[in-house]
Amino acid sequence: MTPVLVDARRLLCPMPVIRVQDKVAELGAGTLVEVVCSDPGALNDIPAWCRINGHRVVETRISGEEYLVILEVGEA
Amino acid sequence: MTQQKKAVALISGGLDSLLAAKIVQDQGIHVAGINFFTGFCVEGHTHAIRKKGRDKPKRNNALWVAEQLGIKLHIVDIIEEYKQVVFNPRYGYGANLNPCLDCKIFMVRKAHQWCQQHGFDFIVTGEVVGQRPMSQRKDTMPVVADRSGAEDRLLRPLSAKNLPPTLPEREGWIDRDKLLGLSGRSRKPQIALANSFGFEEYAQPAGGCCFLTDAQYSSKLADLWQARGSKQYELDDIMLLKVGRHLRPKPHFKVIIAREEGEGNFLLGYRKQYISIISLSHSGPLALVDGDVDDKDIELAASLVARYGKGRDEAQVEMEIRTPAGASRPLKVRPLLSSNIPEQWHL
Ligand code: SF4
Repeated sequence: MTPVLVDARRLLCPMPVIRVQDKVAELGAGTLVEVVCSDPGALNDIPAWCRINGHRVVETRISGEEYLVILEVGEA
Repeated sequence: MTQQKKAVALISGGLDSLLAAKIVQDQGIHVAGINFFTGFCVEGHTHAIRKKGRDKPKRNNALWVAEQLGIKLHIVDIIEEYKQVVFNPRYGYGANLNPCLDCKIFMVRKAHQWCQQHGFDFIVTGEVVGQRPMSQRKDTMPVVADRSGAEDRLLRPLSAKNLPPTLPEREGWIDRDKLLGLSGRSRKPQIALANSFGFEEYAQPAGGCCFLTDAQYSSKLADLWQARGSKQYELDDIMLLKVGRHLRPKPHFKVIIAREEGEGNFLLGYRKQYISIISLSHSGPLALVDGDVDDKDIELAASLVARYGKGRDEAQVEMEIRTPAGASRPLKVRPLLSSNIPEQWHL
């Protein structure tokens, strides 16, 4: 399944989380979401947000100056 | 069986809101957190930008608080709506451009609306009587309750005994005897309470929860308004005020110069919106030019930026001028002497 992309580059904490939160609200359980960020803080914040709200982090990756988080939307 | 009552707690990420929510949660209330993002929030931005701090783990304190409490957190983007609070605060500004009382009223009002939409019963904040000079005074705390529309559905557990009983207390949803009567600026009772709950590594913002309480930040914002001829800003403007050295050589333009690599990387992302300048012949910082400029202005900006590069003592350095559309050209300039950079250029 191709993940739904959230481009959060050039956004600073907590805007990447807000973008993810708003996108995830539209999606069903099991959907994969790929978030690309340039704020390294997102590597902590997005997983923390997922833990609080019951979503699963599938992968986090650093690629040059970009930070990637792939998550799976949990049950509402 | 009576239904479990539900409260929404304003979570700034600081210790007080953590404790307030915990006290209410311990009385069997279902608590959800709400956090408002105004664009001015301190929240680790500068750490994220500045490379030096990159080895330290970064976290969003509001998310951290929610995780400690095991509650959901709703982060609400209020950037646009909040502008009216900053532009026209009915109760005025504090020591700097911080409209704390209007800000509190606005946030509690938003939380109250959220409660009504989501079937929650009351609002919890970490306010303490006498803690902040503007919004947390004995005479202004009732103003927040009244003008937000929350009225007696606003509970301040840390200071409740200094205030009239609220609806949750009168209805017996909350036991008033288990609430606190803190007042004043001392942080000791909060720290003792945090220890008793076993909370560690909590955040304690010094001046306030946002950049508007910072004198230097406020003066840069005031400069922006003056240069634009009216109170206005976009998110990018207020983000850029947190980054770099800001110098205004002429009333119609300013130059934002990165202070280190992390800031340079951040400013790179704005090259499609602003004219940018960097040294070609020597290593030096990236800079953006904000304003309508002509060639003479560019030359002045370039020689100013050259002052902050490794070629500062050379007779001539080569700079690159790049337009937002991506067209670049070299420009040879003589770096300005520091004695030619008047103090008033620094914002
Ligand atoms: S410090 Fe900033 S966020 Fe906090 S109440 Fe004052 S204006 Fe609002």
